[in-house]
Amino acid sequence: MLEIDRLEVRYSGIEALRGVSMTVNSGEVVAMIGPNGAGKSTLLNAISGIVPAHAGHIRLDGRELTVLPAWTVSAMGVLHVPEGRQVFADLTVLENLQLGETCLKSRPRRTTLTDVYDLFPILRERQAQLAGSLSGGQQQMLAIGRALMGSPEILLLDEPSLGLAPVIIAQVFDALRALRASGLTILLIEQNAHLALQASDRAYIIDQGRIVHSGASADLAQDDSVIAHYLGDLAGA
Amino acid sequence: MLIQQLLNGLVVGGVYALFAVGFNLVFGIQRLLNLAHGAIFMTGAFVAYYTVAAGWPLWVGFILAAIGSGVLAMLIEIVCFRRLRKSGDAEFGAIISSVGASLVIMTVWQWISKTQIVRFPFETFPVIIFRFWGLRVSALQLFMAGAALVIVVLMAWFVYRTSFGRRVRAVTGNEKAAMLVGVNPNRIYNQTYFLSGALAGASGVLVGLAFNNINYMMGEPYLMFGFVIIILGGLGSIPGALLASLIFGMVQTLTIAFLPSGLTNAFIFFAMFLILLIRPNGLMGKEEAGALRGRR
Ligand SMILES: Nc1ncnc2c1ncn2[C@@H]1O[C@H](COP(=O)(O)OP(=O)(O)O)[C@@H](O)[C@H]1O
Ligand SMILES: [Mg+2]
Repeated sequence: MLEIDRLEVRYSGIEALRGVSMTVNSGEVVAMIGPNGAGKSTLLNAISGIVPAHAGHIRLDGRELTVLPAWTVSAMGVLHVPEGRQVFADLTVLENLQLGETCLKSRPRRTTLTDVYDLFPILRERQAQLAGSLSGGQQQMLAIGRALMGSPEILLLDEPSLGLAPVIIAQVFDALRALRASGLTILLIEQNAHLALQASDRAYIIDQGRIVHSGASADLAQDDSVIAHYLGDLAGA
Repeated sequence: MLIQQLLNGLVVGGVYALFAVGFNLVFGIQRLLNLAHGAIFMTGAFVAYYTVAAGWPLWVGFILAAIGSGVLAMLIEIVCFRRLRKSGDAEFGAIISSVGASLVIMTVWQWISKTQIVRFPFETFPVIIFRFWGLRVSALQLFMAGAALVIVVLMAWFVYRTSFGRRVRAVTGNEKAAMLVGVNPNRIYNQTYFLSGALAGASGVLVGLAFNNINYMMGEPYLMFGFVIIILGGLGSIPGALLASLIFGMVQTLTIAFLPSGLTNAFIFFAMFLILLIRPNGLMGKEEAGALRGRR
């Protein structure tokens, strides 16, 4: 279980997160929805140790992650697929995936290369190609595959739909559905509320660095008013 | 005569490659120029000399030189570069702080060597001359060429074929993403600087043996040659640095042999100017400098 307790993050004095508390239970898919600039990426960056927490706690199964460097957090199985994919452009697809295993130092392997290739067959076809030459959707699949290679305890996904064509988004979300069915714990960040609510069990809404609403995804999906209030036109996107 | 000079140039180029490949490796990974690289090279030569002078065999000196220079390079990164990099704008700062480190190291060796030129004892490396097809090659030249070849090939294998190399290239391309997959970049920096320093130290020993002249200033011309070579080869490109080193070594040897001595550097820089006119990013450099490029 991932537990965030009154987390605060500041960028040179400017508050990006103002006391965020939330949990992700194991086996659950939790969505975090919010407008641009709400602090969603900051939350994931704080969890994975890319940006330091100013106050508050981040715990995984009771173990404190708050002050650990990013490479130690990933070694504990918290694997972050960052916004904008961030694949290693000058390395091949296969090398990107092999690098995903770096964090598997003391934990047992649960996902193999074959599993990743079965989930995203295009990566098998392109395995010798440089990651930088892939399309945006393929890079997103590679970024997810790379994180899966580290056998995540929890997967943190930052806007996997960003900048992708609807057909490709559907492919990526099909894969997420399969991962969800396999019991993987996921924290999914999205601006696209409709997509996020469909793919998750529970959801939080974040605005200006605060959690402003939370509930079962099915209930939130019924109640358009909350989503429309915080996300405006993006709600139906 | 021409073939003989080309052969000599190839040997010299191999030694330049040891120097320049390490120089370019750390440039590629951090985009910082380590201007103490010449001092690290010189340190290798001195370490080997004092080891031999203390009665140990040359191979021990060689190993100690590589290790000593490697550790020195690692310390320079930690002391001079790491904090600057954290503060953001390190490119200019690193030039100043590594020049500072270079001066400190040179002063220390000047003090230890009492500003004297030191020479390996006679027959530290056996003087054997091979003759074939009218060419003349010494055992030392063969050793230099062999050592340079083996070390550069090993290094390329490390970077492009091992999981260590994969991590190095990952940090080079995207430090943040590398951290997210579990790579500790500081460790990679320590390892690459060690490797770069060890290569410089090894080339220092070879140069010290070849000219049998070791002094605290000996790194300076090599730092300048290293500059020319990595710009010529393409910033950050390891194969580029190798190719440029061999060309540079041959051109230099030929100009020394066939042109008036004062013209050597003028000719070399003119040749560099011409090549850069045709290929502004160097022989194997990409549009944007940096990164360990040139794999394909
Ligand atoms: N590296 C940074 N330095 C300064 N401010 C930042 C930085 N990253 C994000 N911010 C600010 O923090 C707030 C939250 O950003 P972010 O977490 O990226 O939002 P989201 O992912 O929800 O769009 C924004 O106001 C943004 O401008
Ligand atoms: Mg974001």
